[in-house]
Amino acid sequence: MDALMQFIFSGLTVGAVYALVALGFTIIYNASDVVNFAQGEFVMLGGMITVFTFEAGLPLPLAALIAIFVTSAVGVALNKLAIEPARGAPVVSLIIITIGASIFIRGAAQIVFDKQLHRLPSFSGDEPIHMLGATILPQSLWVIGGALLVFVGLYLFFTRTLTGKAVLATANNRLAAQLVGINTGFMMTLSFALSAAIGALAGVLVTPITLVGYDIGVALALKGFAAAMLGGMGNPKGALAGGLLLGLFEALTAGYISSQYKEAVAFIVILAVLFVMPQGIFGEKKTERV
Amino acid sequence: MKLTTALTTLMALGLATGAGAEIRLGASLSASGGAAFLGDPEAKTLEMLVEEVNAAGGINGEEIVLTLYDDGGDPNKARTFATRLVEDDEVVAIIGGTTTGTTMSVLSVAEDEGIPFISLAGAIQIIDPVRDYVFKTPHTDRMACEKIFTDMQTRGISKIGMIAGTDGFGASMEAQCKDVAGDHGIEILVAETYAPQDADMTPQLTKIKATEGVQAVLNPGFGQGPAIVTRNYAQIGLDLPLYQSHGVASDGFIELTGVEAAEGVRLPGTALLIADILEDGDAQKPVVMAYKTAYEAKYGEAVSTFGGYAHDAFRLMVDAIARAGSDDPDEIRDALEETRDLVGTTGIYSFSADDHLGLNLSAFRMLEIRDGAWTSID
Amino acid sequence: MTCRRKWIQISIIAAIMLVLPFFFPSGYYYRVGALVFVNALSVVGLVILVGYAGQISLGHAGFAGIGAYACALAPTHLGLHPAVAILLGALISAALALLIGRPILRLKGYYLGVATLGFGILVSMVLSNERALTGGPDGMSVPDLGLRSLLRDMGWRISGGEFWYGLNAVVLLIGIWIALNLYQSATGRAMRALHGSEVAAQTVGIDVPRIKLQAFVISAVYASVAGSLLALQNGFITPEVAGFMHSVEMVTMAVLGGVGSVLGATLGAAILTLLPQVLTVFAEYEQLVLGLIMVLVMIFLPRGLLPSIVAKLRGRGE
Repeated sequence: MDALMQFIFSGLTVGAVYALVALGFTIIYNASDVVNFAQGEFVMLGGMITVFTFEAGLPLPLAALIAIFVTSAVGVALNKLAIEPARGAPVVSLIIITIGASIFIRGAAQIVFDKQLHRLPSFSGDEPIHMLGATILPQSLWVIGGALLVFVGLYLFFTRTLTGKAVLATANNRLAAQLVGINTGFMMTLSFALSAAIGALAGVLVTPITLVGYDIGVALALKGFAAAMLGGMGNPKGALAGGLLLGLFEALTAGYISSQYKEAVAFIVILAVLFVMPQGIFGEKKTERV
Repeated sequence: MKLTTALTTLMALGLATGAGAEIRLGASLSASGGAAFLGDPEAKTLEMLVEEVNAAGGINGEEIVLTLYDDGGDPNKARTFATRLVEDDEVVAIIGGTTTGTTMSVLSVAEDEGIPFISLAGAIQIIDPVRDYVFKTPHTDRMACEKIFTDMQTRGISKIGMIAGTDGFGASMEAQCKDVAGDHGIEILVAETYAPQDADMTPQLTKIKATEGVQAVLNPGFGQGPAIVTRNYAQIGLDLPLYQSHGVASDGFIELTGVEAAEGVRLPGTALLIADILEDGDAQKPVVMAYKTAYEAKYGEAVSTFGGYAHDAFRLMVDAIARAGSDDPDEIRDALEETRDLVGTTGIYSFSADDHLGLNLSAFRMLEIRDGAWTSID
Repeated sequence: MTCRRKWIQISIIAAIMLVLPFFFPSGYYYRVGALVFVNALSVVGLVILVGYAGQISLGHAGFAGIGAYACALAPTHLGLHPAVAILLGALISAALALLIGRPILRLKGYYLGVATLGFGILVSMVLSNERALTGGPDGMSVPDLGLRSLLRDMGWRISGGEFWYGLNAVVLLIGIWIALNLYQSATGRAMRALHGSEVAAQTVGIDVPRIKLQAFVISAVYASVAGSLLALQNGFITPEVAGFMHSVEMVTMAVLGGVGSVLGATLGAAILTLLPQVLTVFAEYEQLVLGLIMVLVMIFLPRGLLPSIVAKLRGRGE
């Protein structure tokens, strides 16, 4: 029983990391139907910039703010320089563009920063909290809390605010959105900035646990992408659920079946879910137009 | 008289090779990709040392020209670069192969073309069976396991749990440890793994904790994995002795885990790590201090065991080329094999026809982290 | 495409393959050439899946891994000749593609992407975890094909580089010939029809799932054979061959060159294989430049290099 609780805590921690990445995917996808494979690099940038500004002597909160701000700027630049000029390109081309962008950002990071691993101090110390016979680090609670907060924020944004609805309208039908007076260009910029900011926030929150290096982005993007697809791309609910489920599958498999094949089991579950629900758990069925 | 003969021979050789003014050295390292953590300090070390030697007049007056390629840890690329070094850049010797996979790819090119090659990777199959042109500087994984198990025996530990990374380094060492455990009366009760970029290892450690009879835990791996394992170890309150591998032997490891979690962790390391506390009479002290001081001054980051491997490979090569008095690959190879008592950061090397590693267990030092610093407990 | 144009394309490539070696300053260039051909072979397979049938795969390196490890394992464990092992690998890949293809290909766009991605990751995971069999992440040796020594016995001495350059060139030409034939066939036309619109293709009586499956299986066989050849010429193989980055590399080659055209895809394979070799002069900036080129080509030549260039030339000619 104690072991089970420990597995669940582990799964929730890791799952929250995946969920934060997946939530970042959601916004850009909602605004532009693009899955941004450079999302993992936003997380890396968030972590790396915070580490370097913090080590330069700035207080942690300020360092984090700078990191989030700079990463948002990178997100906006990505949209302006790479995504907008390629509007209307087929899905494969967009995949290549965002993967190319992620290679570019990674290449730049290894020059600007370094190739070493770095860590930030935990926000509330390293003393584990004992709960239900298991332990969890305070930093894990920060990550889980962060994921929940971002989720609630996005949910309200897309359902309650005019801007959020405008973003959705932009993705649904760009021309129609323009006709009803939505500044679609601004909506795209906004969604990339937000997405990058969430990625950077994730980087700040998880660095004390997972450490950061210039090449952590690929693995995170893969897992976040898988989580988002599992939950149903474009839906914040799906991103949160997909991320947490993926984390829990991995932890429970590692605990009860085989740590060697925990990712394999996770992917088999994803495949199985997609066979039954081709749009993911919370995805909406879209009808194809001829 | 003798000197003049030597000089004329040298001059004749210089004329014969035509160029005479440079020695072409090649390297293929994983300065980027998954093994960048190892390959980056290796590349920096080679570049630094080439500058150093050339500034001091080169080898026998000839300048070293280093051609260094980054194979990104991809064996396929490594093979292409090895071919390029041999066929196109016409190097006389190769250093490199950060990982076992890339080494095995370079190795066959070096063997086929008769180019001396010093590998920086750990696996035992690189030098066992002995191949004519292939040498290596790091201890084998098997030696690391033996060093750890010997230490366990002296502490009366006979039943252990293992948690290893699934990357090349972790998987290879895990297999070697399982192989030699029996020889030291060690029984592995539970073996877990984690992927190189995993964020949390508490499930695996919880399983080890729940296994009846485990007296100590061993974690073969490099990169962030062992740091996270060590932190999780403290988190779930495992108070058994924890052994790490030489894969994390750098000051960076203590920084990443934090002083508290790292307390009491033991690992087999090299003299490089405890340069400051080496006794004055220690043969390795001047070598490790010189390398450490130069590297840290140039790059502003702590030296690592891996950079040390490159340092030793380079010194071995330079020594062999100087003794061979020629840049003929076969003569360099022969000179390499005759290396005796060359002091490196990893240990003191003596190669022979049936030993292309030339180190023994004594080169490893069992280290323990106390109050955030390395101490030798041998 | 007329029959004549097909032969023109093949002749152009064959002529380039024949003439190039006269300009090779060293044996290393044969090695790079051989790599270009092997990459081009798997990319031609992707042209059939992505370019003809309009499906995505982010896991095709999985099939390359199966082909590669078939050549490493079958000779030692089953006593098969490496050449037979290539066929065995292709057979296993085809069977596996058939098995997983039907459920996977129901998915669309990014969902198909993640499913194929999962498949590729599963294959590479098995290869790196089953250490006892595959040597784990450290990889394993692959036996010699034996053809070169056969040629030597017949009195024809050629270097390893020359041999693989020649063999891969021949296999690639065959691969291209098959792909071009397929393009003109009824199946090829059906593939292109469903690329345009699945619903429309269905209404004209095309068995959409079946055609998709055919494209998937054929492309899997291409990747598998390419993987086998790569393993045999390197003499050593690691699970990287089945890794995600290799899958991405394959798709990038196809899309960069022009995924709708076999010739373009070959060009893409050539460029992306040569680029890292050229970029070594920039060392540190290699990644940066590679990423930049990928983005720029996709923005300014969205249909890929070759089709965009051809379109420009045509436009000027009219």
